[in-house]
Amino acid sequence: MAEFALPKNSQVTEGKTWPRPAGANNLQEFRIYRWNPDDGKNPRVDTYQVDRDDCGPMVLDALLWIKSKVDSTLVFRRSCREGICGSCAMNIEGQNALACTMGIDECQEHAKGKKTGAVRIYPLPHMPVLKDLVPDLTNFFAQHASVEPWLQTETPAPEGEWKQTPEDRAQLDGLYECILCACCTTSCPSYWWNGDRFLGPAALLQAYRWLIDSRDENTGERLDALHDPFRLYRCHTIMNCANACPKSLNPAKAIAEIKKMMVAREV
Amino acid sequence: MAQPSPSLRTARARVKGLGASGHGAGHWWQQRVTAALNIPLMIGFIVIIAMMAGRPYPEAVALVSHPLAALVLIGGVLSVTLHMRIGMQVVIEDYVHDKGLKFAALFANTTYAVAVAVACLYAILRVSLARLV
Repeated sequence: MAEFALPKNSQVTEGKTWPRPAGANNLQEFRIYRWNPDDGKNPRVDTYQVDRDDCGPMVLDALLWIKSKVDSTLVFRRSCREGICGSCAMNIEGQNALACTMGIDECQEHAKGKKTGAVRIYPLPHMPVLKDLVPDLTNFFAQHASVEPWLQTETPAPEGEWKQTPEDRAQLDGLYECILCACCTTSCPSYWWNGDRFLGPAALLQAYRWLIDSRDENTGERLDALHDPFRLYRCHTIMNCANACPKSLNPAKAIAEIKKMMVAREV
Repeated sequence: MAQPSPSLRTARARVKGLGASGHGAGHWWQQRVTAALNIPLMIGFIVIIAMMAGRPYPEAVALVSHPLAALVLIGGVLSVTLHMRIGMQVVIEDYVHDKGLKFAALFANTTYAVAVAVACLYAILRVSLARLV
């Protein structure tokens, strides 16, 4: 059956409360998920106090501040710090987001009215955790590879580039910008329940990006590969993907367009 | 008891699995068509039932014997039971992951939908064609 509760060894316990930075006046509390595969213990939530006067405005700044000044054992992925690499995707105050483009003040708006006012940070939901905030995305990337996200043609390649009208090129807007951060896919309940067979919003958005590319000659074969009750039709238009996307893309719409293409070739 | 060995299949092999089944579009389309059809057919059903309310049995039989009423009821039964079967199948496929249990649930779902459809159709035909027999 679908899992509605965490297994015993995944249940989160109260962790360590790290000391407040000395002399700081403008503190923000962070409650961060910690798990170490090597110590055999359950995951825990550690509490940190970040000095806002000594720290940049984004959640990633706070994580780097903690790692540099408080607890160097905290593990997370990050690279570009400007929302283009997709490495620092995590669950921040209940919403999948990039730590580098999510402001601490934005989080505080979410946290307002709660007793602690803390910013809670967890790894992306329902993925195996490698350590702390680092999920195992092997399956996610294998699913992306399975849609064969590259131009496929039978016509011999032209001497120059494959040409496309400006209108045809405009079809790819809202699709090509995907940075594969996995915020959408890991926010999707259908993916939580059937992630082994459902390709998920990110892979399907990329599938559609190649389905409507006017230069591609394998549209039919691409549709064949998606024509499956699990690969495509587990999408029930829940729309969490569109809410979660830090690039404001709409994978649900792309999936709906694929479903329309499936019908279009039958009627 | 010895722990089973972790799978050494590659991620690509696991994702490709048994390949695309080549099905799904039909069910998806039928679900939408029956959803649209259910609206007028259910309104027709409610009107027919309301017209029967408080009337003696022979008048109710006379109403269901009218071809238009009988066809609306038959159409309603077919559309609703097909919609019900596909909808429940989706729920089962979403949440039931044990292979045996899933097969049993899908089998029971189809059996139930067919049984409901056949019983309703028999009742409608029995009443609407009673005068001819």
